[in-house]
Amino acid sequence: MTETLREINDRRQRLTAGIGERVRALPRWQKALGLLAFVAFLYYLPYLGVPGLTWFRTDYIPQGNNWAGVLFSCAIYVLIAIGLNIVVGLAGLLDLGYVGFYAIGAYSVALFGSTQSPVVKALQNRFDLSEQWAVSWAICIPLAIAFTMISGVILGWPTLRLRGDYLAIVTLGFGEIIRIVARNSAWTGGPQGIAAIPGPEGAPSADNTIFGLIDPKPWYWLALTVVIVMVFAVRRLEHSRVGRAWLAIREDEDAAAVMGVPGFKFKLWAFAMGAALGGLSGFLFASRNAFIEPTQFNVYLSILFVAAVVAGGAGNIPGVAIGAFLLAYLPERFRDFSEYRTLAFGLALVLVMLLRPQGLIPSRRRARELADRRKEAPANV
Amino acid sequence: MTVDGRGRTPRPSRYEGTFVDFDALFGHLGQHTVDGLSKGSIYALVALGYTLVYGVLRLINFAHSEVFMIGTFTVVGTWSVLGATDSPAIGTVILLLLAGLVAAAAASGATAVAVERIAYRRLRRMNAPPLIFLITAIGLSLVLSEAFGLWQGRLVKGMPTIVERSVLFTIGNTEITNIQAITVVAALAMMFGLDVFINRTRYGRGVRAVAQNPDTAALMGVNKDRVIALIFLLGGLLAGAAALLYCLRYGNTRFNVGFVLGLKAFTAAVLGGIGNLRGALLGGLLLGVVEVYAATLTSSNWEDVAAFVVLVVVLLFRPTGLLGESLGRARA
Amino acid sequence: MRRKYVRALGGVALAAAMVAAVGCQDSGGDDNASGDGTCGGKIAIFGAFTGPNAGLVIPSLNGAKLAVKQHNAENADCQVTLQEFDTQGAAEQATPIANQVAQDQSFTSVIGGHFSGESKATMPTYEAAGLVMVSPSATATELTAAGNKAFHRVVGNDATQGEAAAVYFKNTLKSQKVFVIDDGSTYGAGIAAELTKGLGAQVVASDKVQTDQTNFDATISKIKAAQADAIAYGGYTNEAAPLLKQLRAAGVTAKFLGFDGLYDPAFPQGAGAGAEGAIVTCPCLPAAEAGGTFSADFEKEYGVAPGSYGAEGYDAAKVLLDGYKDGKSTRKELLDWVDAYDKEGVSKYIKFADTGDVDPSKVVIWAYEIKGGQITPQSEIKLS
Repeated sequence: MTETLREINDRRQRLTAGIGERVRALPRWQKALGLLAFVAFLYYLPYLGVPGLTWFRTDYIPQGNNWAGVLFSCAIYVLIAIGLNIVVGLAGLLDLGYVGFYAIGAYSVALFGSTQSPVVKALQNRFDLSEQWAVSWAICIPLAIAFTMISGVILGWPTLRLRGDYLAIVTLGFGEIIRIVARNSAWTGGPQGIAAIPGPEGAPSADNTIFGLIDPKPWYWLALTVVIVMVFAVRRLEHSRVGRAWLAIREDEDAAAVMGVPGFKFKLWAFAMGAALGGLSGFLFASRNAFIEPTQFNVYLSILFVAAVVAGGAGNIPGVAIGAFLLAYLPERFRDFSEYRTLAFGLALVLVMLLRPQGLIPSRRRARELADRRKEAPANV
Repeated sequence: MTVDGRGRTPRPSRYEGTFVDFDALFGHLGQHTVDGLSKGSIYALVALGYTLVYGVLRLINFAHSEVFMIGTFTVVGTWSVLGATDSPAIGTVILLLLAGLVAAAAASGATAVAVERIAYRRLRRMNAPPLIFLITAIGLSLVLSEAFGLWQGRLVKGMPTIVERSVLFTIGNTEITNIQAITVVAALAMMFGLDVFINRTRYGRGVRAVAQNPDTAALMGVNKDRVIALIFLLGGLLAGAAALLYCLRYGNTRFNVGFVLGLKAFTAAVLGGIGNLRGALLGGLLLGVVEVYAATLTSSNWEDVAAFVVLVVVLLFRPTGLLGESLGRARA
Repeated sequence: MRRKYVRALGGVALAAAMVAAVGCQDSGGDDNASGDGTCGGKIAIFGAFTGPNAGLVIPSLNGAKLAVKQHNAENADCQVTLQEFDTQGAAEQATPIANQVAQDQSFTSVIGGHFSGESKATMPTYEAAGLVMVSPSATATELTAAGNKAFHRVVGNDATQGEAAAVYFKNTLKSQKVFVIDDGSTYGAGIAAELTKGLGAQVVASDKVQTDQTNFDATISKIKAAQADAIAYGGYTNEAAPLLKQLRAAGVTAKFLGFDGLYDPAFPQGAGAGAEGAIVTCPCLPAAEAGGTFSADFEKEYGVAPGSYGAEGYDAAKVLLDGYKDGKSTRKELLDWVDAYDKEGVSKYIKFADTGDVDPSKVVIWAYEIKGGQITPQSEIKLS
C-alpha cells in the first residue's frame, strides 16, 4: 500500500514542483499585492459567504461551531506555532513542555487582571484598594511577556546545556509541573479556575461594545493582527544576526562554536523569545475566554503542538502556520467524526512523516538538509 | 470564603495536602520503600524498552508506551477467554499466569517489531533526523491508543484478581506481600537475563557492535536490520512481561494506560542514563521510591512534580544520567 | 504578459465578489426570527457527548431527547427542535458554541452545561444574550453564587450532597474516623470540601490523587496509618475503580462512599468484587421512585435504565417544553417562564430560587449500595 501512496505522492510532487519557484520569481510589486490581498482575505474570513467557499465554514454543518470563534482558536494556535517554531524549527531545540509558557501567559492575565483571583484579592487587602481594583488589561500584556520570558530563562539556564533528547523530557516535566501547581495551589484558584478575566474593554460584561461576550469577530481580528505583527517581527529576527546564529547552531553546534557563535547564549535567547510568544498566545486565549482552568493546559497539548509544527514544516512560518491551523480547524469542520479526530490526527502524522518528512510546506533550507542526509545515508547494508 | 470586618475577603487558606508530613514518611519508611521498589520494578521493565532502542538507534521510541498498553489488553483478553475468576485454584493460577505471559509477550513483541518494520525502517533508509522519528512515534502512539479507546471503550477495564494478596513476611512494621515479591523478583530476574544476553551471547555481541558503530558493524558482517528488529523484539517482550505484572498488581487497564506509565518509564531511563541497561533498573527503582516518598510526605498529586524535580537535579550534576549512557560498556 | 493581466483581473473580480458577499450573507445558519407568534422553537443542548466523560452525560442527553420526542408527538402544532453541541467537557470548546447559540436568534433556550467548568465559562455569554440555561448536572456550589440571571439547575448542588453524605456518615454508618480523598478536579475537590465542612472533626486525614493515576500505595498506607473506619471519595470512576480495588486487595475494610460521579455502571464493573458494599450518593431518584412513566418510557426508548441524570435531563427539557407549549416563544418570555416555574418534575419538585438553585428542601439525595455488581437503591438520606 505504501508503494501506491508513494507513487501518488511522486506524481503530486511533479505537478506542484516549481510553484514556489514561480512565486518567488514574480516581480516585487506583484508579490506585495498578492500578500496584501491575502491579508485582506484573512480579515474578511469571518464573513466568508461566497457560494462554494461556505463549505469551509464550521457553522454551516449541523451542530457546527461558531465560525469566528473557531477562527480565533486557529489564530491562537498559529501564534503558538510561530513561537514554537523559533525554538524547534529555527534553533533546533526539542521543547515538549511549551504548553507551560502558554499557561503562564494565561495565568498572568487571570491572576493580575481578574477581580476574582486570589492574588488580586490579596493585593486589595494589603494596600487597602477597592474591591473593583485589578491590574488593567494593557499592563497585563508586558506582565505576561515578562513572566514567560523569565520562566523561559529559568527553565533554559540549567537545562539548555543538556543534549536534545534530555531536553525533551525535562521540558515535558516542566509543562506538567506548571499544570500541577496551577491545579493544587491556593494562589491560582486551584481546580476551580479563574473567571472574569478582563479584555481590552475591562472585565467581561454585556455592556462592552466591541470585545463583547456574544460576538467573537473582534477577538479574531485582534488575534489576527497580533499574528501578522509577530510574523513580520519573527521574519526580521530570522534574517538578523540572531537568526543566522540559530540556524548555525541547529545545523552543527560544534562548528558554530568554532566559528565564534556562543551556542548557549543564543539557545537561551531562542527559549526566551519562543516563551514570550507562547505567553502572548496564552494571554489572548485567557482574555477571550474570560475563564481558565488548569485542565486546559494538559501536556498532551504540547505534544500536539510540536507534532503540528513539524508536520507543517518546521523552520518555515507558512508551514508551521498551516500545521497549526489544520490542528485547530479540522476537528471543528468534521465534528461528525469527533470520536475519530485523534485517530485521524495520528494517522495523518505518520503518513506525513513517512511521505514528506520535511513537512507540508517545508523551509527550503531544511528540505535541502534532509535531501543531503538522505544522500549521506549508507547504502543498504 | 468568609468576609472579614472590613468587608474584604481574607487571604485564602492553604489547601490541605500541601503541608509536609514527616511522621507519615519516617514512621513507615520501610513500608514505603518496599512499595516504591515494587512500583519502580514495572517502570524499570518498561524503561528497558526505551533504553535498548535508544542505546542502539539513538531515538526515543515514543510508541513503546502503547506496546505496553497492548500487552495489558492481551492479558485481559486471554484471561477472559480462559474464563478466569477471582482467586482460582493454584494449578489454574499457574496456567493463567503462563498463558497471560506468553500471550502478552507475543502481542507486545509483535507490535514492537511491526512498529519498527512499518515506520522506523523507512525512516532509517532516509537517514531522517531524530525529530522525524519522534513525531512518527507520537503519531503511531496516538493511532494505537485511540484505536483501543474506540474498540474497548474509554473507561477502566477491570479483570479478575488471579492472585489474592497475602503478606509473605513482616520485618518490623514492614509487610512484604506476595505480589510485591513476585513483581520485584520477576523484574530482577528478567533484568539479569537481559544483561547476560547482551553481554555474553553472540546476538548480544551483535547488538553491542551495532550500538557502537552501525556502519562498521554492518561491514563486519552483522545484519543490522536483524539486530534492530531483535532489540525491538526484546523491548516488546519485556513490556509484555511488565504488562502481566501490572495486571497482577493493579487489576485494571484502560486505553491510555501507556501514556502516563510510558512517560514515567522514559523518565526512569533518562534518570539512570538512557542507553544503559543497569541504569534503567536503577532509574526505575529510584523513581518508584521517590514517588511513594513524595506522595506520603505531601499528597499523591505532587508525586509527578517530585519525580521531575529529581530528574532535573540529577541531570544538572550528571548530564548523562546516574550511570552514564553507554549500552553495556560498548559505546566509546 | 496578457495572461498575467487576466490573472490580476480575475483576482480583483474575486475580491469584489467576496466584498459583495459580505453584505448578502452575514452569519451562518438559518436566521428565521423567532417570536412571530408560531408555537415551538429551538433548544440548544451542550455537554461532553464524546470523550472520556461522555458516559456521565449521555443519559441526560437521552432524557432530554425523550422529553422532546414525547412533546412533539403530543403537540403536532407546536414542534420543538433539540440541537446537540458537543463540548467534550472542555470550557474552551464551550465558549465558541455559546457564541454560536447566542448569535443564532432561532435558539430560544439552552439545556446545559453538564459540567461545572463549561457552565462557568459560558454563563456570562448566555446571560448577555438573554438566554435561559437549565442545567441537569452542573453541581458546583459557586455557580449560583455569582448572581448570574441565565443559570438555573434542576439538580441539587454540591453543598447539599456534601451535607447529606456527612449526615449519612454520622447517622447511618456511625463513622468516627473518615478519610477524605478527592481527585483535584473542580467537581471532586469541591464536593470533598463540602463534606469536610459537614463532618468537621470526624475527618482524620485527607489525600488528593490525580487524573489517570493507577498506583495508590501512598494513599492506602495513609488510610492505614490514620486507622480510618470510613473513606469518602470525590471524583470519577476512572480513578475510583482502581483505587477501591487496591484498597480491598490491601486488606482495608473501611466503608467506602463515593458521590454521584461514581453513579455509573462502569464503576462496579471496573472495581470488581472490591466494589461490593460500597455506597454511592446521588441527588438523583431511583428509577422506581421517579414520577410518572418516565423510567419505563426511557427503558423502552433506549433499552437501558436511565443512568446518572437521565431524569434530570428529562426534567430540564420538560421545564422548557412546558413553556413552549404555553405559547412562550422568545428568549425573554422563556427566561421569565423558567424563573416562575412551579411544578412537580420526575426527579423532584421544581421551583427555582432567585439564585437559580432548586429549593434545597425539595432536593432528595439517595444512597445507593453496590450489590452483586449492581447499583441498587438503599435509602433516601434525610437532611437534619
